[in-house]
Amino acid sequence: MAAETSDTSAKAESIVEVRHLSKTYDGRVRALEDINLSFPKGQLTTLLGPSGCGKTTMLKIIAGLLEPSSGEVFVNGKKITGPGPERAFVFQDFALMPWATVLRNAAFGLELRGMAKNERNEIARKYIAEVGLTGFENSYPRELSGGMRQRVGLARALAVNADVLLMDEPFSAVDEQTRRKFQEDMLALMEIEKKTFIFVTHSIEEAVYLSDQVVLLSRLPGKVSEIIKAPKAAGSPDEIRRDKVYLDTVEHIWQTLRKYLEE
Amino acid sequence: MKIFGVKIPMMYSLLIWVVLWEIVGQMEMFLVIPPFSGIVVAIIEMAQAENFHDAASLSLYSFAMGMLISIIVGIPLGLVMGKIPAADRLLGMWVNVFLSAPLSSLVPIIMILFGFGQTTIIVTVFMFAVWIITLDTCAGVKHINPSLLEMGESFGASSWQMYSKILIWAVLPEILAGLRLGLIRGVKGVIIGQLLVALIGMGELLTVYSRGFHMEEFWALILFLFAFALGTSWLISLLERRIEYYAGSRG
Ligand SMILES: Nc1ncnc2c1ncn2[C@@H]1O[C@H](COP(=O)(O)OP(=O)(O)O)[C@@H](O)[C@H]1O
Ligand SMILES: [Mg+2]
Repeated sequence: MAAETSDTSAKAESIVEVRHLSKTYDGRVRALEDINLSFPKGQLTTLLGPSGCGKTTMLKIIAGLLEPSSGEVFVNGKKITGPGPERAFVFQDFALMPWATVLRNAAFGLELRGMAKNERNEIARKYIAEVGLTGFENSYPRELSGGMRQRVGLARALAVNADVLLMDEPFSAVDEQTRRKFQEDMLALMEIEKKTFIFVTHSIEEAVYLSDQVVLLSRLPGKVSEIIKAPKAAGSPDEIRRDKVYLDTVEHIWQTLRKYLEE
Repeated sequence: MKIFGVKIPMMYSLLIWVVLWEIVGQMEMFLVIPPFSGIVVAIIEMAQAENFHDAASLSLYSFAMGMLISIIVGIPLGLVMGKIPAADRLLGMWVNVFLSAPLSSLVPIIMILFGFGQTTIIVTVFMFAVWIITLDTCAGVKHINPSLLEMGESFGASSWQMYSKILIWAVLPEILAGLRLGLIRGVKGVIIGQLLVALIGMGELLTVYSRGFHMEEFWALILFLFAFALGTSWLISLLERRIEYYAGSRG
């Protein structure tokens, strides 16, 4: 399979390690079972799988927002026990404070750390510009479209300068055109920021377009069914979307997921 | 309001009642219903009378103090009950009991505990107003968008920051709704407290007027109190409308 070309990036050192992770809700719902995964530093890894297979659960455990039933998560070699400054979360429903301006929302992570107002606003302004929202600093979330709100969520996560960005279906509440533009901007942003992204989506195209590595999860209980390396093709967004390797990878994932649907 | 298919604006329907009142009053059908014009005269006289000023400022003071304590106690209590299930189980029952109990019957006990003065009135206002503020705040916390809390947690908010920077702002619409209802109950508290103590403020005036059958003055005072209760709750509703925008953007 062309999609599984091994390349040098596969040897990149991993920043997040998930070991024997299981999660059972209320002693009944087995959401995750014995997950073992490495997330290479500086790369984007996508968790892809049918709805309800435990993607959000895994991301929240890595974020330290949920306790695993068993197993552990290591970040930078240290076992996590809760949220930490080396990780930042981007929420599916944006989780912006409606009473605060774009600037205050973007600076909120720094505000919580007790950084002085001038300093944190300056940093937030930089990231607001980076996500393409210059001029909207004093707007309120209700005045922005869904796509713009998620850009604020992204700026807030970038501003705290975490090593790992955890994104739970960040574009699912955004319309299709905005979504494409957003994906392209994400690729450009990853070039500048050199961070590690862990990204949840249920869109195969989105996963392959953005990722270095795609983790396919099976139906409940969520298990890793396959890890696919998807080296990013060079060129313009349109060239990438017509690239042979890209299309082959999308097709391969589609065939694999179809098995779950037919089961 | 519609009469014979014709739409009557609010002000006119009020006018109809006033006219009706005037007619019934002029006919001298009931002793307790004087003509409305007499009440208007009484209101104008009352506004200049010293005993009214004394009673009003005394009542206003008790009301304001009682409301202040209700806010200081009610909001934090509601926040904690909404956030911590154990606190809710422990205190929720009492809040509901006090909310639905006939509080007037407690005033004699408050009187025994706090004497026949201002303190009793302040405590009465507090007992009338605080529980609805607590309950609404608590309900607001329970309906808060959970990802807003996760956001605070993931960015490392301390529990104080969680309350002061996120919770209280997210719950502001419910807090104001509780405050509006609390104010109306608080006005009731002042009057009932003063009526039962019967020695101070508006309660004293009301007692004097009704015992002496000064019905014009009695109604003048009642109308004034209605206007005060409606006026303050209207002010809160203005504030509510200003922050309404964020009710729409909650998950
Ligand atoms: N708080 C919870 N309590 C009980 N079951 C839950 C809870 N959260 C999620 N689940 C269940 O766990 C499974 C995985 O959920 P989730 O991680 O949200 O899936 P995904 O994000 O892949 O759609 C689902 O079957 C869901 O119903
Ligand atoms: Mg999910």
